[in-house]
Amino acid sequence: MTLLEVTDLSARHGLLQAVRGVSFTVSQGETVALVGANGAGKSTLLRTLVGAHPAAEGTIRLDGHDITHVPAHRRVGLGMALVPEGRKLFADMTVEENLLVAGRRAPKGQWNVETVMAAFPMLQPLRHKRASQLSGGQQQATSIGRALMTNPRLLFVDEVSLGLAPIAVDSVYESLLGLIRDGATVVLVEQDLRRAMDVADRVICFLEGRIVLEAPTSSVTRDQITEAYFGLPASTDTSAPTTMEAT
Amino acid sequence: MTWANAVVQGLLLGGLYALFACGLSLMFGVMRIINLAHGDIAVLGAFLVWEVTTSLTISPFLALVPVLPVMLAFGYLLQRTVLARSLRGGPLIPLLTTFGLSIVIQNGLLQVYSPDVRSLGATAGSISTSSWTINSQISVPYIGVLVLVIAVAILGGLQLMLARTPFGREMRATAQDPDTAALVGIPASSVYAKATAIAVATATVAGAFLAIRSTFDPSSGPTQLIFAFEAVVIGGLGSLWGTLGGGILLGIAQTVGANIDPRYSILAGHVLFLIILATPRGRILATRRATA
Repeated sequence: MTLLEVTDLSARHGLLQAVRGVSFTVSQGETVALVGANGAGKSTLLRTLVGAHPAAEGTIRLDGHDITHVPAHRRVGLGMALVPEGRKLFADMTVEENLLVAGRRAPKGQWNVETVMAAFPMLQPLRHKRASQLSGGQQQATSIGRALMTNPRLLFVDEVSLGLAPIAVDSVYESLLGLIRDGATVVLVEQDLRRAMDVADRVICFLEGRIVLEAPTSSVTRDQITEAYFGLPASTDTSAPTTMEAT
Repeated sequence: MTWANAVVQGLLLGGLYALFACGLSLMFGVMRIINLAHGDIAVLGAFLVWEVTTSLTISPFLALVPVLPVMLAFGYLLQRTVLARSLRGGPLIPLLTTFGLSIVIQNGLLQVYSPDVRSLGATAGSISTSSWTINSQISVPYIGVLVLVIAVAILGGLQLMLARTPFGREMRATAQDPDTAALVGIPASSVYAKATAIAVATATVAGAFLAIRSTFDPSSGPTQLIFAFEAVVIGGLGSLWGTLGGGILLGIAQTVGANIDPRYSILAGHVLFLIILATPRGRILATRRATA
């Protein structure tokens, strides 16, 4: 079942067109990885999908309803949540307050402070600590927990591994994998191709605001993604993936 | 002993300044708006209380009961209609907007009420004139104590609300990062409107007590704005307990200054403000970037 349907979506930063006519769909229960170089427009795309950035053109449909112009705080109520790049916790508030503030207006569901603590046991002893005093990995866990508090049907995760120690990335990914196994629908932006391919069912590669490759992770090789990632022409001995578009 | 009296009177006067500063502090803390019309909104509230008091011949304390909901609604609508639009224009526009609003309110009041100086002291009964006599040097006026108690109750109540309630958490989250607050489902515009409503209501209480313990006229607002602003800065931006302390310090500085020479009263307050600004903490405040 298609949960999210994006059609010809464009978004701008002033004169710079960060997302250029992007179309794709996300099905219920699927995990999609968005990969691409810095500045390819991945973060802008996610922010546009959750309403934090205005769409210049195109439509975003959730369950077939057009939500292109629904404000961000109402999209949370419709079941979309973003774990923003850089974590963006409320620094002066405790871990528990960060979770509670997100849960207040959200639809009721499986996630509350206790279930988040159970999913991220490392947060339990930090409950009453200020977010600004946490390590990067702890902040990232809190940020994911905060997004979960809104009981999303569709979770967007932007660069969870950015700025984290490898061991912290492992534990964050372990938690994410737990969510994915439980049937969550996740769209994640990831620089680390190996991790992206490990967790995702499908990979979408971005180059300069456009989708240059979209394929199930099982049917695509790292080399093919790397070529699309850097915009290099596919070498002759590699069979081009069927969905690859000319740029 | 006259020094002790100066400090006691300053403490009580500071209660009024803290009451004025409360709304200013809240609006700056939540929205990064410096509301230049804050003093005039307080005076507008005082005139409304005066209107109800004189037309119904009731106590001004009782008159606050119907006036407060009106001013809450006024604050809410002010944010929803005027301030929300100006916030979208960057940090300077709200400053200009509230400056314009200040002029509109002052001249509107002047048109309706003339420049006559009024007071609600006489209508408040004996509470505005009576005092406890501690000794030959110190007497403590009832009204001063009442204002201080109300200031502590309002500022303390708001601080508790911010720290403990779900709405308070939303307000703090929006104050820290409105974009991320929206990402967890908090409508910033609604939080802003409620904060403005609370700020305008506290300004009304302050205006009413100014009118009861002293005099007011359509041009009283800007002076109160300056005192409120000084109280906020002395107490440290973004902390309501700090604002209470700042108001009290300002009040004490003024009465102690007046005890040296009556000419130094207001000046002493300004000097304290400038000294605080010159401290390392003050320099941080002065260079803090406003994000709206």
